[in-house]
Amino acid sequence: MEYETVIGLEIHAELATMSKMFCGCSTDFGGEPNSRTCPVCLGHPGSLPVANAKAIADSILLALALDCDITPRSIFHRKNYFYPDMPKNFQISQYDVPLSSGGQIVIDVGDRTRTVRITRVHLEEDTGKSIHVGESGRIHGAEHSLEDFNRAGIPLVEVVTEPDLRSPEEARVFMQLLRSTLEYLEISDCKMEEGSLRCDANISISADGVLGTKVEIKNMNSFRALFRALTYEEERQRFLLRDGGTVIQETRHWDEGAGKTHPLRTKEEAFDYRYFPEPDLVPLEPDPRFVAELKSGLPELPRARMMRLVEQYGLPEDISVMLTGEKALADYFERAVETGQDPVELAKWIAGDLVAMLKESVVPIRHCPLEPRGLGELVALVAQNIISGKMAKDVLREAYETGKGPKEIVDSKGLAQIDDAGRIESVVAEVIAENPEAAEDLRNGKEQALKFLMGQVMKKTRGQANPEMASEMMKKSLR
Amino acid sequence: MSIIFADALTISDMIKARKISVREVLEEFFGRIDEVEPRVHAYINLSREEAYLAVEGLEDELLRGADAGPYAGVPIAVKDVLSTRGFPTTCGSRMLEGFVPVYDATAVERIKAAGTIMLGKANMDEFAMGSSTENSYFGPTRNPWDLERVPGGSSGGSAAAVAAGEAPWALGSDTGGSIRQPAALCGIVGLKPTYGLVSRYGLVAFASSLDQVGPMARTVRDCAGLLGVIAGHDPNDSTSISAEVPDYLEGLTGEVKGLRAGVVKELSSEGIDADVLSLFKAGVDKLSDMGIECEEVSLPSFSYGLSAYYLIAPAEASSNLARFDGVRYGYRSPEEHEDIWEMYDRTRAAGFGQEVKRRIMLGTYALSAGYYDEYYAQAQKIRTLIVRDYGRAWQNFDVLVSPTSPSTAFKLGEKTSDPLTMYLSDICTIPVNLAGIPAISLPCGLSDGLPVGFQVMAPPLEESKLLNVAYALEREVGFEALPPI
Repeated sequence: MEYETVIGLEIHAELATMSKMFCGCSTDFGGEPNSRTCPVCLGHPGSLPVANAKAIADSILLALALDCDITPRSIFHRKNYFYPDMPKNFQISQYDVPLSSGGQIVIDVGDRTRTVRITRVHLEEDTGKSIHVGESGRIHGAEHSLEDFNRAGIPLVEVVTEPDLRSPEEARVFMQLLRSTLEYLEISDCKMEEGSLRCDANISISADGVLGTKVEIKNMNSFRALFRALTYEEERQRFLLRDGGTVIQETRHWDEGAGKTHPLRTKEEAFDYRYFPEPDLVPLEPDPRFVAELKSGLPELPRARMMRLVEQYGLPEDISVMLTGEKALADYFERAVETGQDPVELAKWIAGDLVAMLKESVVPIRHCPLEPRGLGELVALVAQNIISGKMAKDVLREAYETGKGPKEIVDSKGLAQIDDAGRIESVVAEVIAENPEAAEDLRNGKEQALKFLMGQVMKKTRGQANPEMASEMMKKSLR
Repeated sequence: MSIIFADALTISDMIKARKISVREVLEEFFGRIDEVEPRVHAYINLSREEAYLAVEGLEDELLRGADAGPYAGVPIAVKDVLSTRGFPTTCGSRMLEGFVPVYDATAVERIKAAGTIMLGKANMDEFAMGSSTENSYFGPTRNPWDLERVPGGSSGGSAAAVAAGEAPWALGSDTGGSIRQPAALCGIVGLKPTYGLVSRYGLVAFASSLDQVGPMARTVRDCAGLLGVIAGHDPNDSTSISAEVPDYLEGLTGEVKGLRAGVVKELSSEGIDADVLSLFKAGVDKLSDMGIECEEVSLPSFSYGLSAYYLIAPAEASSNLARFDGVRYGYRSPEEHEDIWEMYDRTRAAGFGQEVKRRIMLGTYALSAGYYDEYYAQAQKIRTLIVRDYGRAWQNFDVLVSPTSPSTAFKLGEKTSDPLTMYLSDICTIPVNLAGIPAISLPCGLSDGLPVGFQVMAPPLEESKLLNVAYALEREVGFEALPPI
């Protein structure tokens, strides 16, 4: 039996528009419960929706970035079901005539590429948020629930893929690329942990090319959860099939704590949403010239930029992927390149030390205290052998923390690397004299002693001795 | 004559000419209300305090010569289906008993800006579903012409108030005839505008693609005046038309010679009572006397209008009324509930009346998986046929005419045992809503002391022509009778 994992994703991203999808309420996160509401998003009697033009434009932009066809005349539909977080007990969404369809995006997984077809990109409104009051905070066993409608009506763009993904890793890579794409387009905050980016998956196992029964997985709240949940589910289904069992078509809930999926509801209980065209809204007919304008205004997208950086600057692919994951980071890199320093070196510094420091201090790249030309300055100092690579790490940290330029730091602290052969020679001699045992070890061929002795040289020179020179001299002296 | 039977525009002129104070006007109408309301029950809630408060400042303004609106001081009744800020809006339902909205409907905002003073919220069939106002949770309204009979529906309260002199004019709403049919049964004038001409923002939705707010008054001229106040684009309503609104009063020239009127065959033969038909035909003759060419025209798809309507309207209603669940506002079942589903069930079972529940079930069914194509989608196709039939007719006719209602006012309880019998009250009015065109009903005579209504229909956005034809006919008919109450 040849088993193959088949995965399709359904993603919802909150659009970062100023106001909600169908009313003028603010979309700001947080705030007193039910403080960002009005008769429209509360579903008061007699209220009517008015579509947010920016949200429509943003969705079209995303559809274009995903290579989709824009439907000349799409309509909104009502999706009818009852739930207390639904102000109208129907959601205004799109059904069989969505904003766009038929796109694709290419992902790189390891040394392979995979083309993932996009079934559709459409617009809808978000629901309110339920807070269940009880022991577990979940609906089961709750005493009562509180409803906060601040979120109700926030624009959501929905992306549905064909079941083209073949592993949990591919699913993760796809989500990361989609997130980057949203970020590049500047249309969403896309924070999975905050709920502005959500993902459900459909996974099945095909046996000898015959498509299996798909299971829907919900409640994956991070890229890691997505990967873990799909890995678990993939294994569960494979074992089931190998043991001669059948996979039931159902919805399963990912339990992050337990590391398992649990069944939620079976197909028979699936809702009939009684979709019908929304009579309170007119069809969407985007002006072709406007669409063309949006298309020509598309920024260079993540993967294209990744490949260009590899091509143009000779960056290793993994570093390029890292830098282009976030547009601002890639922008930072390219501004740093303008200083004329070696792009690969710059890239390594950014992808390594700088990103680590930003993460540690929880600062976004656009607020980085070190300007790109400052980084260029640092790399120049290393390239000119004024400071060692190791010293540069400390200078970088100081520049980051104080905002002073690297050159200024090196000069003021006299950190310039000691290249004076004479000085180094005398320090080496000093160290040998002070450490006869270690010197003897090295003479006898124990290489570990070199490390110790070099440490002593660096201590005496406050790390400023040219390491290559010192090392050579040390070895020569003790041959 | 007391001003209670004067038309609104006359009262407006009298106020402007300082022949009567705004306070006196209110006293007259509230006096009349106190006198006949116990028998008519046209209102659900009266806004007496608010009205007197409103005129306090108004008197001074008028003395100073300030512009307080074109109809400053003229009282008005508002059908309780329109949202009124700070004042209860019940839609004739237990579901919204005591519910106080936080905003005004656009139509209400506009009549306020015009200076009118709201007397109260008029009674109606629950959530605008009905043709007799017998479906009101707060009890029926009685026809001022015969208190044992219905005023029609769903804007029965508005129609009765105007007919009985309890308000000079009123706002109603029309989804399948709910302005025109009660206007016919109560002997007044009622107009349903082109779909999209008047904003639906704040009109509690029954069937979104059919609902419209419209004027109800004693004369065609009054209707024209009130329409001018409420018509026009509203950015809060995405289905609101952007077309320019003409001066409807200026269009009332009375010159109709040479126009062509089509007498709709399907609406003026079987199913219409003989007495109604005879007065209708007399009306057609009067049109001819005025130089209008009248000819019979067949619009075959009209025979399917009722069926299409009773699928489309309940379908949209089933979705529009889903919001009434006891969660955020309105009635909530007071019992202890196991879970939310029980709360929904009990709240909606107790909050909604029979007819509303019937239509929600019908509508849910028509939209459900496996039935959508056969019922809802099919009904929408019929709708297209009706639009096309009208389209063809407009190539040969300026207006179309028919009786408004197949019968005069029937007795309370006469049609309540079989819903279908009640639904048949709408056969003449429904095709108009399905096509979104404007139509008006005006009295064309009395049969056994009960008014008969004459319906005129016009192409979309041709309210001026419609009103003018009605104006001319009104003069020719000379309907002066007053109800015995």
